Amino acid sequence: MDLQTLTVLFVGITFAIYIGIAFWTRAGSTHEFYVAGGGIHPIANGMATAADWMSAASFISMAGLIAFYGYGGSVFLMGWTGGYVLLAMLLAPYLRKHGSFTVPEFISDRYYSKAARVVAVICLIIASVTYVIGQMKGIGVAFSRFLEVEYETGLVTGMVIVAFYAVMGGMKGITYTQIAQYVIMIIAYTIPAVFISFMLTGNPIPQLGLGSEMADGTYLLDKLDQVVTQLGFTEYTTQARLSTTNMFVYTLSLMIGTAGLPHVIMRFFTVSSVKAARESAGWALVFIALLYTTAPAVAAMARLNLMQTIDQPTQAQNLAYADRPTWFKNWEKTGLLKFEDKNNDGLIQYTGDKKTNEMVKVDKDIMVLANPEIAGLPNWVIAIVAAGGLAAALSTAAGLLLAIASSISHDLLKGVWRPNISEKDELMYSRMSMIGAILVAGYYGFNPPDFAAGTVALAFGLAASSIFPALMMGIFSKKMNKEGAIAGMLSGIGITLLYVFQHKGIMFVKSTSFLGDMGPNWFLGIEPNAFGAIGALVNFAVAFLVMSRTKKIPKKIEKMIENIRIPVSN
Amino acid sequence: MVNNNNDYWKANIALIIKCLSIWFVVSYLFGIVLVDVLNTVRLGGYKLGFWFAQQGSIYTFVVLVFYYAKSMGKIDKKFNVHEK
Repeated sequence: MDLQTLTVLFVGITFAIYIGIAFWTRAGSTHEFYVAGGGIHPIANGMATAADWMSAASFISMAGLIAFYGYGGSVFLMGWTGGYVLLAMLLAPYLRKHGSFTVPEFISDRYYSKAARVVAVICLIIASVTYVIGQMKGIGVAFSRFLEVEYETGLVTGMVIVAFYAVMGGMKGITYTQIAQYVIMIIAYTIPAVFISFMLTGNPIPQLGLGSEMADGTYLLDKLDQVVTQLGFTEYTTQARLSTTNMFVYTLSLMIGTAGLPHVIMRFFTVSSVKAARESAGWALVFIALLYTTAPAVAAMARLNLMQTIDQPTQAQNLAYADRPTWFKNWEKTGLLKFEDKNNDGLIQYTGDKKTNEMVKVDKDIMVLANPEIAGLPNWVIAIVAAGGLAAALSTAAGLLLAIASSISHDLLKGVWRPNISEKDELMYSRMSMIGAILVAGYYGFNPPDFAAGTVALAFGLAASSIFPALMMGIFSKKMNKEGAIAGMLSGIGITLLYVFQHKGIMFVKSTSFLGDMGPNWFLGIEPNAFGAIGALVNFAVAFLVMSRTKKIPKKIEKMIENIRIPVSN
Repeated sequence: MVNNNNDYWKANIALIIKCLSIWFVVSYLFGIVLVDVLNTVRLGGYKLGFWFAQQGSIYTFVVLVFYYAKSMGKIDKKFNVHEK
């Protein structure tokens, strides 16, 4: 069977499974819609969290970024896993103990204030919508390749499918579907990695293959360093991301952001106990680590294969454009890969020097999807990767849309504006807000501010600077009052948005960036994607300052804090 | 059996500080700040600093979260605040 048929077959079968599960387990009540009835097993919840968590950014984009950033890409690996340590120890068990449907609901209870709830909803929506934009880029890339159409057409197709799928299920449907999606995702990610690792090093375990010798006796990473430096690129294993400070702050932003992202926190409302919440975080991390420790191997091996396919030891032996392989032609159709014959010799030169480099566009987001083709793996492997990439994008988009929808319908409508709304109407508004969010995200999908993983990193910064500090202080400080929390959230997200918009334009419209005579990354050389940790610091500082000058919190809130700190009152 | 929520909370904080110190060392110190120093040591084909940044820190995180869950389970029982 040819690739197109196989892909359609695999994607079709997996989609039929998801839709079947979503339909079979669809939510009837708001309790089922928001928290799946609150009785999911920790391992099952861990798996669903992993799928929810690992998005198009993790699956499609991350290894591609690492392939080109080398060691600098480590910020994503450490940042997106280390956050679970924070989540498991600082937030999840206590939030589960308190028991609420949404993150803003907790903030509203803890800070005895509807205003705090509205501020939390605004922060949540800004962070989540930015995150969905990142997914849309990934979905667009995946669909454009597999339908062999332009990126834009792929994006619209993806939007329609996500809309159909997420609106129906609610949390209950989403949880069970995500378990299926995790299984498909991890199989799809691992199979080509095992194949390629075995082909290059003889060791089928990618985590070990990356540290092994190749057939000629040199270590794979040494070989890669040698190949890229010869072509004028920076050495792979030591190439830092801008600076040590920037990498430190970037990693911290991603970690804090992970612990502050509402769609991940919400998952811990679905388990049955405090103990289950702690364990579930561990299981989630196991399932995530399976993919995250494979990713660096995929990255290095993809880079090596790509380089060695195109560039040869002497320039005259380089790949001729006329002889380019099928994958090359297919990706050219999507507009994400471009060649320009600068010296008119008909051969492809791929170098680190802008003047002689003829691969004028190699979108980093295509690497994972193209990798099995570049390595010449059989068509069925490539088809599985397609299904996996779509599973990753869909599962996360669905979880995020749910977080957005619930904050609008449950927190704004039921919590603030119309407390008497019926359950049926609440569900309807919830579904309507999902569709609204898809349209906004789709618009930005046409003008993405960065690569999928880069855009997602921005979302983490926004969550890190607003939601995480408010939650943490809510649990660990018995003194933090509503004035402090509100001022903290607003100043944290405010200063982060300011820095981001200053670089990337207001609402990500490039022409409106206002750096003026300040250079890019002017604050300690920190890039905007990494600024969330600074925003979080500002949040904490402002919150404590304001708190010290305003009223003490009521006695009954102190009691409430004491209560969420212990699993069961004795 | 002890019966004091304050001491329970202190025990929890002490455990968190212990775990987060390790969390900080493997990622921020070994993976970022001290990476060049560690890179002079090799672990097979890996430079050690690079290995911590792309592999080792993640394995440590997994162990830490389970260790915390298990230890907290014991502390819960000791202070008699565990779920039945």
